[in-house]
Amino acid sequence: MRHLLSTRELDRATAVGILDVAEDMADVADREIKKLPTLRGKTVVNLFFEDSTRTRTSFEVAAKRLSSDLVNFSAKGSSLSKGESLKDTAQTLAAMGADAVVIRHASSGAAQVLAQSNWIDAAIINAGDGTHEHPTQALLDAFTMRRRIHGRASRGHDLDGLRVTIVGDILHSRVARSNVWLLQALGASVHLVAPATLLPSELANWPVTVGYDLDEAIRQSPDAIMMLRIQAERMSAAYFPNAREYGRQWGLDDERLARLGPDTMVMHPGPMNRGLEISAGAADSSRSTVLEQVANGVSIRMAVLYLLLASETVA
Amino acid sequence: MTARTVLQAADITRALTRISHEILESNRGGSDLVILGIPTRGVELARRIAKILDGIEPGSGTVGSLDVTMYRDDLAGQPTRAPSPTQVPAGGIDGKTVVLVDDVLYSGRTIRAALDALGDHGRPKVVRLAVLVDRGHRELPIRADFVGKNLPTALDERIRVRLSETDGAEFVVIES
Repeated sequence: MRHLLSTRELDRATAVGILDVAEDMADVADREIKKLPTLRGKTVVNLFFEDSTRTRTSFEVAAKRLSSDLVNFSAKGSSLSKGESLKDTAQTLAAMGADAVVIRHASSGAAQVLAQSNWIDAAIINAGDGTHEHPTQALLDAFTMRRRIHGRASRGHDLDGLRVTIVGDILHSRVARSNVWLLQALGASVHLVAPATLLPSELANWPVTVGYDLDEAIRQSPDAIMMLRIQAERMSAAYFPNAREYGRQWGLDDERLARLGPDTMVMHPGPMNRGLEISAGAADSSRSTVLEQVANGVSIRMAVLYLLLASETVA
Repeated sequence: MTARTVLQAADITRALTRISHEILESNRGGSDLVILGIPTRGVELARRIAKILDGIEPGSGTVGSLDVTMYRDDLAGQPTRAPSPTQVPAGGIDGKTVVLVDDVLYSGRTIRAALDALGDHGRPKVVRLAVLVDRGHRELPIRADFVGKNLPTALDERIRVRLSETDGAEFVVIES
């Protein structure tokens, strides 16, 4: 693996391999000294053209736990806001000796452009590109599900037979896309639930089943239900009448939570709109994996950085 | 390529039994002992040593594993290695006598990595090293305290250790 651009390129063995390395990385958090010397002397650049707190911070913690140097490069307060092109930025980072670039960009395919260009030689990690993919989010979601099922004995397991329902703005969600491909590779089946206006047109080619009714999906008692964030800018764009209407039809409220099975995982990639797509009761219940997802994000990102950066030979 | 068997199953068992007695002798008993195997085959050898220790002095066979992958100095020059789990026993290693166990002692670089890894888990009172085979050719000032068999080798020879639990067969051969 040279870059991590999308989960579509991951086969089952590779995906399970990443999750297994993440298990070992998770153990580091329990030790006396929460640091490994592995990536000493390597430089990781966080190149964020879009706002993000948890993904950027998560990569930052991961890079530092592996002893690499980390440079944060965000659009605000840099030459990017003065109109510097992606090419010039990339070449600048290359000249500074970046070994890995973690990129978040509003345009789908930005990470791919960087990886295929000859502007920079570094490993490229996609941390969210437009409405395309967010592979480390899907990996940490799969890791979280696997740990809930198998606990400490998770190593080596895939997600064969697991039934996952993803609810919300599928159309604009890179998290949903990355999850669909990864969950399929790991053997899980995916059911999507959304208002018809928030489903993409290319859906026919996806390995999923689709519904429009959340209550019907809950009756099927899925093993995990993943609530996607409704972004504020979508609310005024007439995809649905208004926020309250959305919450009533597609939000996971306390009453729907009560109808879910006792072991159904309630997942959310964050940040949450409490009271809109997920109620406070659901977000804080014992079935909620929200905080586990954040903690596991660091382990997954450590694993990805290790796998991309530790070896300098081409396997 | 020729292969010469240097240890058979019974030889391995005898060597581990002797090493176990030597560990107890040098530690003056079985108190505060932690046996840590280095993956992959060191872990199995450590388990066996702990079992023998428990048979001699019940309760003395505290065992775990210590992965050194993330501490190696040759990561850049090799294809990516998958790390193995580290399991430090519940009581930790602070103030304990830690015996590191590996199958073959060669350059000493694995043990150097293990010493670094150990330091991130705590501060043992004493660290000892037990190996099934010492084949020489050290590149670092490291030596073993307990050795199953000293095997002088040429640099182009290979030592192959096989254990029934991990490999389904049990022997040590030199290949040249």
